[in-house]
Amino acid sequence: MQRGLDSETKKQLEEEEKKIISEEHWSFIIEEQSFLLCEDLLYGRMSFRGFNPEVEKLMLQMNAKHKAEEVEDETVELDVSDEEMARRYETLVGTIGKKFARKRDHANYEEDENGDITPIKAKKMFLKPQD
Amino acid sequence: MAEPASVAAESLAGSRARAARTVLGQVVLPGEELLLPEQEDAEGPGGAVERPLSLNARACSRVRVVCGPGLRRCGDRLLVTKCGRLRHKEPGSGSGGGVYWVDSQQKRYVPVKGDHVIGIVTAKSGDIFKVDVGGSEPASLSYLSFEGATKRNRPNVQVGDLIYGQFVVANKDMEPEMVCIDSCGRANGMGVIGQDGLLFKVTLGLIRKLLAPDCEIIQEVGKLYPLEIVFGMNGRIWVKAKTIQQTLILANILEACEHMTSDQRKQIFSRLAES
Repeated sequence: MQRGLDSETKKQLEEEEKKIISEEHWSFIIEEQSFLLCEDLLYGRMSFRGFNPEVEKLMLQMNAKHKAEEVEDETVELDVSDEEMARRYETLVGTIGKKFARKRDHANYEEDENGDITPIKAKKMFLKPQD
Repeated sequence: MAEPASVAAESLAGSRARAARTVLGQVVLPGEELLLPEQEDAEGPGGAVERPLSLNARACSRVRVVCGPGLRRCGDRLLVTKCGRLRHKEPGSGSGGGVYWVDSQQKRYVPVKGDHVIGIVTAKSGDIFKVDVGGSEPASLSYLSFEGATKRNRPNVQVGDLIYGQFVVANKDMEPEMVCIDSCGRANGMGVIGQDGLLFKVTLGLIRKLLAPDCEIIQEVGKLYPLEIVFGMNGRIWVKAKTIQQTLILANILEACEHMTSDQRKQIFSRLAES
């Protein structure tokens, strides 16, 4: 029983491999189907005359990056807008509160279908009966 | 158009490969082979002069050439697969060889990795959305591929929404996949496109023409009135202006500007500016 290849077939295979490698080394043609390499295209979202300020900011950013210009006037901007901050806090209250809630209080932190945590419901206290 | 076509026909009849350098800007037809600059020297004087085949010399003379859309590699030559004009771009930072491609026109989009496209959400199944991008199959978009999306914090995307995203996987063997974030995890303007507005379809060549850095049409359109446009590389354009009439005017201009000369365009813009 012969395991492995003959020394002859081994030599042939080695020669073929060398040929293939040396041919690849010569041919340097790369195929790309994307137009991004070919043409410098602008960013696809545009806004004019202040219709959408965020998109106009984006336009400056993306087209400046593309032209490799340096931004000279760097205005100090808020990292996070106020609305976003309020939104984040809303969701945070539930998640952090859950950490400190006891096992019995976990019922108050049930999640909706959307995965949002509803705020704490009012605790049931003893109500004195009014005669 | 008769001249370049006859020249092309002659070369096909002669079945001799032309040098890519000489054909730049001319119409090429599918099936033509083009020679790269290094190969011209070897084939020029009938190949009668025998050069000593030294490995190092050959390797140095070869530069890395990228063949773009409309071209394929065929041995050491470029094979044309689409009809159009041959274009070339010099390499910017000296990586050698530059890019050759064919400037062709078509309406049907084939997904390409890295392209930014406008898609319409057609189905929502479990954790992924199916988005119609105008290709042969709908692309899949995971709900985690939006900025700030987590398993608990799902993005608000409904069936029928417009999405601006880019392809991360797009080849002929697999279903295309798109995302609405870049490699750093930021949205960069991608995601759900807002309410109202109008989506319409144009040819792919027009999109590239409008997105060229020195496009006059866009500059003139931008002076008319406040508006917002999103261009998808799949031939879809979304426009929005303050009133419906302005939106429709904008859509008609963009659709018609493909076949207008620049004089006709200037007339129309001046008329609009007056009213």
